Parts: sequence; structure tokens; C-alpha cells
Amino acid sequence: MSEDYDHPDVVLCPGGPMLLRGRHVVEDADGVAHETTRPVTAVCRCHKSASFPWCDGTHKVLPEKLRPV
Amino acid sequence: MQMPQPRGPLTEELFGALRSGSDDFYPVLAVGASEGEDTALALWVLHELHYRGIEGVPDALEWDPQLIRLRGVLERDLESRLRERWTPPGDLRFVEDFFDWLAEQDGASVAGHVHRDADREQVLELLRVRSLYHLKESDPTAWVVPRLGVRAKAALMELQYDEYGGGDPNRLHHHLWARGLAACGLDPSYSYVDEAPLEVLEQNNAMSLFGLHRRLRGAALGHLAAFEATSSLPSRRMAQGLQRLGFPAEIIDYYTEHVEADAVHEQLAVRTICGGLLAEEPELEADVWFGAFTCLDLEDRFARAMLERWDAADEARKDEVA
Repeated sequence: MSEDYDHPDVVLCPGGPMLLRGRHVVEDADGVAHETTRPVTAVCRCHKSASFPWCDGTHKVLPEKLRPV
Repeated sequence: MQMPQPRGPLTEELFGALRSGSDDFYPVLAVGASEGEDTALALWVLHELHYRGIEGVPDALEWDPQLIRLRGVLERDLESRLRERWTPPGDLRFVEDFFDWLAEQDGASVAGHVHRDADREQVLELLRVRSLYHLKESDPTAWVVPRLGVRAKAALMELQYDEYGGGDPNRLHHHLWARGLAACGLDPSYSYVDEAPLEVLEQNNAMSLFGLHRRLRGAALGHLAAFEATSSLPSRRMAQGLQRLGFPAEIIDYYTEHVEADAVHEQLAVRTICGGLLAEEPELEADVWFGAFTCLDLEDRFARAMLERWDAADEARKDEVA
């Protein structure tokens, strides 16, 4: 098998975070810069994470209508 | 590690034979499988020969045919027991439906107890018995790597690279755990095996079973997905409970590291690792579910056993006061 595979830099997880591959600096709403530290980082999309801007899994306990699309 | 204390006829015979310097294990095979902790501890020790070995046991015994035979018998019994507990989840699709399925499971949780109610002694006991798992952490899953197709293999390594510290030994997860244990005044080696209840031995044996058999690669990755997907929120509760009780920063850091790491890993495990596996080998779907169920079932059994123990201890203390 010698096919090419999709390997996107950014993945939007249905109902969950945005995955970012590689090193990035994410600026939050207050203008504070947060640097990624791991090979893949999950960025919060539900805005309820206690580790914002990073995902901490909180979206899983939200009612479905409050989860990101 | 030191050889643990035997817990019945099988481990008496096996541990004596392993230390004897002989390679005749027929008397051990003749004992056959007994039950419960005795069997589980025998299998745990036989698996350990494939990881870091045991003091006084020659390294060459890792592949001794008679010991492999015994390991095979014990693993077959364990696997059939695990499969008996499992009901396939109908026509659900793992990648699409796993998180919804997981939300409906309501197993017992030790993290909730640590968060609000546990006392210091209970937490220390939890750290000691959990150390059997945390001192290996991702090692059982590392056995799976060479058994996978291109997509699943690359995906698993993307997660494992983070588990192993991204090349930095200081960030390697089981090393973070060892540092946390040492900061609590506990021994960061396998010195607490003798305290581990049946449920802990079975959790570890199941992970080694899934990791060591290529046939069970689907179960290994399903187990990984369920493990990662039940880690972030409980890790937060663990960290808060440890803070409440004034535990050292190193052990709290271990859990806070897992809040964010496992929020990533759960997505990778379900979507890219199990998703990649099932795209390449769709016939493994049932085994992926079996592994996921087994992870939750064994954790539920462990949590219920610990909560019952602590509850009984609390009751006894209340009686004493009265």
C-alpha cells in the first residue's frame, strides 16, 4: 500500500475541542498568549473549560445544545 | 522488583520454582489454575517477566516454554471470564457512537470520593495500589505498535510520544508518577504488589493480555480509548482532592498533567487510533468494544471494592467512637 493519508493540522471534533498539531501560540479573549507544549493540543470550543483555552473534557458533561457543533 | 508474597497453592509452587534455578516447571503446571487472587498474582508475575523482570529470576525464563504454557492457560481463563461479562452493544459504530455510549455508563468512581470525602490514609492506600498500573502506564499498549496498519500505527505513536514525554525523560508519565509517589514518602518501585487487591491485579493483567496478543489488538485499542476518555474529569477531581488534603505538588502535578493530556488523548484514541484501526481492519469492531467495556467494567469493580472497604472502615471507626 502506498496511498497518501489525510493528516490535517487542525481537526474540529464534533461536540468537542479543536485539535492543533504542532507548536502554536493561542491568544485568548484578554490578549494573553498561550503556547502549546505537546505534539497535539486540544483547544476548548465550549468555553467552559477550567483550563481555558485548553480543553479539560468539560464539554462531555454539558447538555447537547451547549456543546460545540 | 522483589518477588511478591504468594497468595495460595499456585503462587507458592510457582514462586518457589522461579527462584530455584531449575527450569523444570512441571510441578507448577500440575497445580493447575486455582482461583481469585492466587491465579491473578501468578499471571501478574508471569507478565512481569516480559516487562522489567523479578529479582532472583533468570531473564531467560521470560520465554521458557513451560511458563508460556502456564501463562497461556491463565490468560485463557481470564479472557473467557472477561468475555462472559460483556454484552456487545448492538449496532453502534465505535467512532461515531462511543462518546454517547460512554455518557450512559455509570460506574463507581474513586475520584469523586477523593475529591470530597477521602482521608489521607485512604488516599495513600489508593496511590499504593494504583502504583502497579501507573509505574507501567502506557507500556502494555506499546506492545501493540508493530501489529498495526499504517494509519493506526502512526496515530498510536502520536499519542504514545506524548505519554513517553516527547523525548524528555522528565515528562515521561510513569516517571512523573514515580516522582509524585516519592514526594508523598512512598516507594516508587513495585513494592506494593502485596497490598494490591484482586481487582487491581485483574486490571493490570487484562492490559498485558490485550497488549501481548496480536489477536487482541482491537481490544487493546478499545481499552485505551475508554481509559483515556474516563481520565480528564476524574484527574481534575483527584488533583482537587489531593490539594484539599495538602499532598505534595509533584503528585498533584501528575494529575493536572492528565487533565489536559487526556482531553487530547481521548480524541486521538477514539478518532484517529480506533478510527484508523477500524478503517483498515473493520472486522475488529467487536473487539474494540470488548476492550472498551472491559476497561470500564474492571474500573467499576475496583472502585466498588475500595469504596466498600473504606465505608466499612469508616463505620468501624464510628462504632469505636460511640
